[in-house]
Amino acid sequence: MRALLLRDLRLAMRAGGGFGLGLAFFLIVVVLVPFGVGPQTELLARIAPGILWIGALLACLLSLDRILALDWEDGSLDLIATAPVPLEAVVSVKALAHWLTTGLPLVLAAPVLGLLLNLPAPGYGWLTLSLLLGTPALSVIGTFGAALTVGLKRGGLLLSLLVLPLYVPVLIFGAEVARRGAEAMALTTPLAMLAGITCGTIALLPFASAAVLRMNLR
Amino acid sequence: MELVVDQLSVARAGVPVLRGVAFRLAPGRALLLRGPNGVGKTTLLRVLAGLQPPLAGRVSLDPDNFAYAAHADGIKSTLSVAENLNFWADLHGTRGSTGIEVALAAFHLSDLAERAAGALSAGQKRRLGLARLLVTGRPIWILDEPTVSLDRDAVTWFADVVRAHLANGGSAIIASHIELGLDAEVIELEPFRASWSSATNDTDFDEAFL
Repeated sequence: MRALLLRDLRLAMRAGGGFGLGLAFFLIVVVLVPFGVGPQTELLARIAPGILWIGALLACLLSLDRILALDWEDGSLDLIATAPVPLEAVVSVKALAHWLTTGLPLVLAAPVLGLLLNLPAPGYGWLTLSLLLGTPALSVIGTFGAALTVGLKRGGLLLSLLVLPLYVPVLIFGAEVARRGAEAMALTTPLAMLAGITCGTIALLPFASAAVLRMNLR
Repeated sequence: MELVVDQLSVARAGVPVLRGVAFRLAPGRALLLRGPNGVGKTTLLRVLAGLQPPLAGRVSLDPDNFAYAAHADGIKSTLSVAENLNFWADLHGTRGSTGIEVALAAFHLSDLAERAAGALSAGQKRRLGLARLLVTGRPIWILDEPTVSLDRDAVTWFADVVRAHLANGGSAIIASHIELGLDAEVIELEPFRASWSSATNDTDFDEAFL
């Protein structure tokens, strides 16, 4: 299992691995928003948590079809499926590798980009925490979508359409935590909901992903 | 352990292609599958490898006994030859016991070990794909057109590797159109071809996904 994780990380770091793709997209979105909205600092401060969350979510979405499609194309997915490791563990490790190469850099970059959006001072910690809690769920849900569409040519569009509705609860509660944090309001409820969603997806979705992957490998 | 395949029926994309396939394979023996394109050789091999369930029938051994070499080699072009093999050795938990040097040497890849796999020729990639079989440490090899894009020397090396594997008590099921010079039983698949009219109208839930 460690071998698979190390291989996926190594592949992501090598040329053409798409390591910086999500991060660059996130940066572009967040940098462009102030230009589009105009120099109204109060307005920017108010929409900052939402923009940062939407940017992170879309950046995550961008790299989802790489999770399994590349391994499918060169035949390694078939060979990994015949190896003595459970497919549930394979999809979990794939999701973890995706989070480490896409989600974690977004979490680390978000506070810096918060400056550009004039995020109020109390919001930084809560923004980082909400992304740290929420992005693993995005990777796990995305892996499920990738497993559903793995055999399809140009499955990227279908993947986005399938995954987006599943992302909505994460976005709602994640952005709510960041917003309430920025406005120094009580946020226990959305934080607990966000944590619950993440724990639930991590616990249950790998089984669904493995099941549809088995079906798609036939 | 002897492999017994009994009354095996397999389907591709929901259409039965082979019906009632039966054979036995003792350790140290090789079996050649023959048949025209589309008869179902690959499908049969995928069923044996555990990648898809059979329609009917029985395979006596667990898929964990088989090492599968498909048409695609599963090589990552940005990793080096050694990194590719090490990954498969780690995944099969055989890194410590056999090592990849033996596998590299068997297919004359030792000089290329540090080269990025993307820079290899088609034949060299194929040799790397076949070298993977040696690091899986599994007794029964399932080989689907293993000699594609290999030159004459490489085919000889490959035949030597298979012979050594058989001598060690392993066995091999090979779908190939060319003569490897192996002492092997041959099974002709044409007589097992499932007729289109006999396609069952399964209203299985799974069929919706096929």
